[in-house]
Amino acid sequence: MSDAPTILSLRNVGKTFEVQGRRIEALHDASLDVKRGEFVCLLGASGCGKSTLLRIVAGFETATTGEALMWNRPIEGPDPSRGMVFQDYGLFPWLTVRDNIGFGPASRRRPAREIQETTDHYIDLVGLGRFADVYPHQLSGGMKQRVAIARVLANEAEMVLMDEPFGALDAMTRERLQDELLGLWERTKLTVLFVTHSIEEAVVLSNRVIVMSAGPGRIDSDLTVDLPRPRDVSGTDFNDLRRSLSSKLHSHHGKVAA
Amino acid sequence: MTIAADRTQTPPAATVPRRHFAFEAGRLKQPALALILPALLLTWWHFATSGQVYSLIPPPAQVGLAFYDLAVGGIRNDFFSGTLATHVVASVTRVYSGFFLAVIVALPLALMIGRIPAVRQMFDPLLQILRPIPVTAWLPLAMIIFGIGPTSAIFLVFLGAFYPILINTVFGVRSVEPRLFEAASMLGCSPSAQFARVVLPAALPAIFTGLRLGLGFSWMVIVIGEMTGVPTGLGAIIMEARQLSRTEVVICGMIAIGVAGFISDRIILLIGRKLLSWSPNHV
Repeated sequence: MSDAPTILSLRNVGKTFEVQGRRIEALHDASLDVKRGEFVCLLGASGCGKSTLLRIVAGFETATTGEALMWNRPIEGPDPSRGMVFQDYGLFPWLTVRDNIGFGPASRRRPAREIQETTDHYIDLVGLGRFADVYPHQLSGGMKQRVAIARVLANEAEMVLMDEPFGALDAMTRERLQDELLGLWERTKLTVLFVTHSIEEAVVLSNRVIVMSAGPGRIDSDLTVDLPRPRDVSGTDFNDLRRSLSSKLHSHHGKVAA
Repeated sequence: MTIAADRTQTPPAATVPRRHFAFEAGRLKQPALALILPALLLTWWHFATSGQVYSLIPPPAQVGLAFYDLAVGGIRNDFFSGTLATHVVASVTRVYSGFFLAVIVALPLALMIGRIPAVRQMFDPLLQILRPIPVTAWLPLAMIIFGIGPTSAIFLVFLGAFYPILINTVFGVRSVEPRLFEAASMLGCSPSAQFARVVLPAALPAIFTGLRLGLGFSWMVIVIGEMTGVPTGLGAIIMEARQLSRTEVVICGMIAIGVAGFISDRIILLIGRKLLSWSPNHV
């Protein structure tokens, strides 16, 4: 991993929002380098700026200070190379599963045959073959999130940004989707930036955990997770790591609460 | 006896027709429920009016007869006999002319008001001042501007249909979930393409509500529109019959408008259901 090129770098990125005349610093002086193929989790309690950071990378927000670079070029607005998976899915309710997945390629004016092949491929990849012609409101939460992931992959995203994507799902579905996501990541060698507030989720999924804390939102620590995969959630190493992350998170959290 | 025998011998086969029967009963239940109130109204109307010497309101039987005469003729053979089709065609033409004119003007205007702040700032104050003015108040002015004839009627229908279409479309266009714009833009859909690929489909349910309300208003306004001195139309015969104290013909005209409006609404509802099958709470 260490010899992979740097795909994303954030240099002293800060973000201040103005809400009814009051200035709120959501993110303070965040610096981060991500290498291609890494699975990075941004872990922290609410208000730590993890979603803001992700939205800056997505291009939905612009940094107030510092700069965000992808392949050494400044990020200027949203781009298909950085696909986003939202917690609330953000699927187009008037399009079938197939057309939702084909939305990106169609927007980029790919030929109809190519769109057809791409969508077929990704419908199969996320196991929604039987639901290809169904509308989103007829799908379960887990299936909706599969569609959301597939449409980002179908659009040849190099980096997948996920904002608590499994937060609204039940525990069983969440575990299955985590496994499926890891399977996809291992096969495609995508770069994943994954926001979560679940320590366990971060340890199960990532190569690297960025611990963030609030008031103002900032990066506190950057840990490498080199446990072998598939990870055994009941293993000693796993739980040691989980415990140490938990204490880090709570010590920062305690500071804010005090 | 035979049913009982059937049941004991072939239980699975016996359940199938029963389920089928239940399904049929379920299908019939809805129209049956819908007919209760009209039947009660008709009964009440009948007992309140028939047999009374000085009833100003004709009993239902007399209205039924008048309706037959109006539609087919052959009973009274007077001025009204056999003219229903002519009046219906005249009114339908005016209603749909005014309605489609309203669609052509209100829809693009609403799309622009909803998306372009400058257009909103320019049009909104004027439109909001004109909005509370009832269509009836426009009648004298319409007759001066468009003269006595069908054009005035079409203009009034246009006015009646315009605001429901405009307001609902503006609402639909402005209440698109911001998340969908984010999703579209990260998938590579340019801001200019988002209008057709996100705004329009997302606003479609609200647009359809507007069209449905607009068409309903068109039928409500047609009577006023046809008070402008046109010789044909359902509104015209209602006014004509009123002056001749032919109340049974007035009621016939009312019924004809009700039925025509109902059919119009069903048609637009069917189109809406087809186009909005994706929406969990479509019209």
